[in-house]
Amino acid sequence: MTSLVTDTRVVFSRELRPVLRDPFTVIFSMIQPLFFLGLFAPLLPDSPDGGSPLQWFVPGIIVMSCLFGSSMTGSNLLYEMQTGSHERMLVTPLRRPALLIGRALKEIVPMIAQAALIVAVCIPFGFELHLAGALLGLVILAGFCIGLGALSYTLALASKNKEWMFWTVQQTLLFPLLLLAGVLLPIENGPGWLQALSRINPMTYVVDAERALFNGEVLARGTLEGLVAAVLVGLLGLAAGVRAMRRSD
Amino acid sequence: MIETRELTKHFKDVRAVDGINLTVARGELVAILGPNGAGKSTTLRMLTTLIPPTSGSAEVAGFDVVRHQREVRLRIGYIGQGNGAGHSQRGRDELISQGRAYGMGVRAARTRADELIESLGLAEVANRTVSTLSGGQRRRLDIAMGLIHAPELLFLDEPSTGLDPQNRANLQEHILRLRAEHGTTIVLTTHYLDEADSMAERVIVIDHGRIIADDTPRQLKAKHVGDRVILGFAGPDGAAEAARASGGEQRGAQVRITSDDGPRLAARLAALGPDSIEVVRPTLDDVFLTLTGRSLREDASAPESELVEA
Repeated sequence: MTSLVTDTRVVFSRELRPVLRDPFTVIFSMIQPLFFLGLFAPLLPDSPDGGSPLQWFVPGIIVMSCLFGSSMTGSNLLYEMQTGSHERMLVTPLRRPALLIGRALKEIVPMIAQAALIVAVCIPFGFELHLAGALLGLVILAGFCIGLGALSYTLALASKNKEWMFWTVQQTLLFPLLLLAGVLLPIENGPGWLQALSRINPMTYVVDAERALFNGEVLARGTLEGLVAAVLVGLLGLAAGVRAMRRSD
Repeated sequence: MIETRELTKHFKDVRAVDGINLTVARGELVAILGPNGAGKSTTLRMLTTLIPPTSGSAEVAGFDVVRHQREVRLRIGYIGQGNGAGHSQRGRDELISQGRAYGMGVRAARTRADELIESLGLAEVANRTVSTLSGGQRRRLDIAMGLIHAPELLFLDEPSTGLDPQNRANLQEHILRLRAEHGTTIVLTTHYLDEADSMAERVIVIDHGRIIADDTPRQLKAKHVGDRVILGFAGPDGAAEAARASGGEQRGAQVRITSDDGPRLAARLAALGPDSIEVVRPTLDDVFLTLTGRSLREDASAPESELVEA
């Protein structure tokens, strides 16, 4: 007999297969983060202690790449809803939660590949990798991207027959989340209202945690806050996504 | 295999399906015929657990479609209007995933996928990305996916829409073979009259969400329309005489007579000495026209006829 775990594994490996067959697709969704890395990072001033500004900038770009990739992933489901393969899967005995969880879990794989690629590109330019912290950073980021992916699928399910709605909502939310998390410029010197908005953006805590962890500060207070924020986004996304999937026809 | 009681589906104010009572026995091949928007697909979507009925109930393969969705899903195959295989996937991968979705082990799923690829003639395209396949190839892949778990009951929603005549014939042949070899119960919806006529031994006509006729194609035609025998003469005089003798209706140099058994009547009327005898058999469209006052045909083409030289 199958279980939720087996079902999830079936969905997960099905989703992953096109990525493994054509690894180049991993790069498509990270083109914008790579532009920021190449065209924006050189404008950053050296940090006060004389270190490379990349130590501050790169962890944020890794989170950005995860944000861009995971938030777009619902478009795959949207497409499968149009072609009929989603409907075909709804008639199989696969459990509804597995249809969502398996898809959301798959987001971890391109996220890790993208993070590894960004780090590899930046090391020759003076980026210093602290492996243990970075690995823990990826664990936190995994929770965050599962949640984002699940929310993107939720949006896709809600946008049935209204593809424009998916892209409008996704594009509208993308940059506010990014800027308010202080990925490109620090928020600390901004006006109070901007700082207040930044504090209610869960991505802020994830970015702060990644900055600490990628610089080897494993025991920073920000690590715990980032973990909590990522887990909350993960759980919220899965809850919303499973609910939407149960209602899908 | 299927038993529905007053099955009903409302979408806001629209009664898409309006109290359908339907019984399908094991091994039947049933075509549900009706114009677009008649409620065919909605009925099928309820029977396949995709949408819950507003009221009424349905038992499919022995289980209630609302209370025991999983049991129903395990036992049925469904080939929808769209393409079941993901466009960015490869056909063989999708077949194996589909087998896994029905609880098959990897090895069993792989073996079964190979079998279906072979029998549906997909060997050359199974390892290609689905988006590169032709419409006919994709449709065959859809069928393979619907059959992966050898279901006892197979639903097909408008299986041949969008296919060219050759692929359509090919598809019909596959469906008939499936039934001959495995005794699968098959329910398909269609708005192609010839498809319903040539494949199904039972045709259910649906209009405005209700069943308006349910019988074999032959019985439907005999009961609702009948054959027409048309006698042709050199001029109106001969026709008038023959009309009097046969009780038919004269139209110029022709006489028309309706009958349950056109060919037999034609043989008998040959004695009247007409120049030509034509037997016009009714089509399911004639049946539909009689029942609803509307035609199902988008393009009104000539009815099927048998010309008998006298």
